[in-house]
Amino acid sequence: MPVTREQVIDFIYDEARMLDEGRYDEWLSLWLEDGHYWMPLDYKQTDPHLVTSLLYEDMFMLRLRVERLNGARTFSQKPKSRCHHVIQRPFIDEMREDRIVTNTSMHYVETRLDEQFLLALTAIHELAVVDGAIRIANKRVDILNSDAAFGNIQLLP
Amino acid sequence: MRTASEITALFTGPQVHRDVYTSPEVYRLEMTHLFANTWVFVGHESQTPKKGDYFTTQIGDQPVIQVRHSDGEIYVLFNRCPHKGTKIAIDREGNTGKFFRCPYHAWSFKTNGCLLAIPLKKGYEDTGFEDSESAKGMTPVGAVRNYRGFVFARLAPEGIGFEDYFGGSLSSIDNMVDRSPEGRLEIAGPPLRYMHKCNWKMLVENQTDTCHPMVAHESSAGTAVNIWKEMGNPEPRPPAMEIIAPFMSPYEFFEKMGIRTWPNGHGHTGVHHSIHSDYSAIPGYFESLCETYGEERAKAILDENRHNTVYFPNIMIKGPIQQLRNFIPLGPDKTLVESYIYRLVGAPDQLLARTAMYNRMINAPTSIVGHDDLEMYERAQEGLMSNGMEWVNVQRLRTGDEEFDQEAVENGTTERQMRNQFDAWVKFMTVSMEDA
Repeated sequence: MPVTREQVIDFIYDEARMLDEGRYDEWLSLWLEDGHYWMPLDYKQTDPHLVTSLLYEDMFMLRLRVERLNGARTFSQKPKSRCHHVIQRPFIDEMREDRIVTNTSMHYVETRLDEQFLLALTAIHELAVVDGAIRIANKRVDILNSDAAFGNIQLLP
Repeated sequence: MRTASEITALFTGPQVHRDVYTSPEVYRLEMTHLFANTWVFVGHESQTPKKGDYFTTQIGDQPVIQVRHSDGEIYVLFNRCPHKGTKIAIDREGNTGKFFRCPYHAWSFKTNGCLLAIPLKKGYEDTGFEDSESAKGMTPVGAVRNYRGFVFARLAPEGIGFEDYFGGSLSSIDNMVDRSPEGRLEIAGPPLRYMHKCNWKMLVENQTDTCHPMVAHESSAGTAVNIWKEMGNPEPRPPAMEIIAPFMSPYEFFEKMGIRTWPNGHGHTGVHHSIHSDYSAIPGYFESLCETYGEERAKAILDENRHNTVYFPNIMIKGPIQQLRNFIPLGPDKTLVESYIYRLVGAPDQLLARTAMYNRMINAPTSIVGHDDLEMYERAQEGLMSNGMEWVNVQRLRTGDEEFDQEAVENGTTERQMRNQFDAWVKFMTVSMEDA
């Protein structure tokens, strides 16, 4: 049974909530095994491979990132960071049986100790429906000021 | 202000005083003396390939423009209008055509800085303007040298020559450029820009600190190894295993890797092997190198696996992966790190893909490796404010008084290169001080 537009929009909201609540194992299970999380460095970057990106991570790297957050010697996460997404209703740019693409504006806040920063960003999700469930095939996050100099960005928008 | 002898006293050999990292006054003196007397990296020639192309950056705290003049040469000019001080260019790069034009009062300058025209010029008649500093146009820096595509400048008009300053250390740039079958590098995209709330020298020292990876990076490199094992050691290894896992190599690996120091504060880790030694071969690359150099020379080029080469004062290059990191001082406790990557012209794209991957996995503000490094620097910057102790220890494998005016190769876990940097730091801080 094909999914509805409402289910797609709920999926995007649910994913943001998982990240905010640190439910990373659940979050990882949303991904298809060959998916990539891409955060370009340059405005309107088209190539993830031959120029630098902030992130272009396969499932191994995403698992490593999640696993590391819980490590006993993860010094930059003592104390832990927290994050908070405020998202605008997603646009559904494509809605086909084998491919769904959404475009979502967000304000992302991350905090640790006395520091807090805000990123304005756009998330583009490529979704697929597998056995009736929506899964993330790829996710691209464009930070509005991606070319600015940042300190640590430790969690995932 | 501190005198030359007071500056000299900040480095004793086994110890360095915390003021070199925390004191605003010492920082001001670094900007006035150290960054004026040394040869500082500006940019790569491929950032300004065509006439009129420019690139803005800074040398120490001095805003400068690297620009390709109409004669094809690269000039480095202070980024300041000689009239009221307005910055001439504020975008990071662009093309200005045949001349710069100040946006405030339309004074214009040739791309070598010479004054070209001023509107209503007759207003300066009989004012003695032609004898003023302003009439000369935009001020060039003291000296510029383009070495195999890498542009360095010395702000001071007089001082040590380029070859004397770098000496044998240029072999690391040579090796990086020789890895191109055409002997040429090209910049590949914009740099990562990573802000650190710590002194710039902490970052430079960390480049040859071989006793921290297996400790500070256990959470990333160690966890990567564990996950891979849990997966049943799949081959080919995931890219993260090739790039990040070598950080977990044991002390013995780093001891045997070796450290070489050159006079004037330059040095490198990875004399005999390094964490870059075991990267998988890229099909077709060796063959194309052989076509250019012959097999023996091609092998010799690839057998160099130098890890990090520090060019004092403030850059590091990685020859085997064509990366350059620029540690730009913004204050005693603030440093901007820009990490650039380069394409080996004529080599397969997979090499550049690996380089780009290394850059984002290790040196991005989003990197799980970078996170722990920054954490250590910032904790050190805060910890140094403690009055419980005023000195920082750099004594590891120091046996008696050391001479730094000869090249030396030592055990890879020595802190000699850090001491070498402070030896050069004292030298170039005090050489232009009046009581020196």
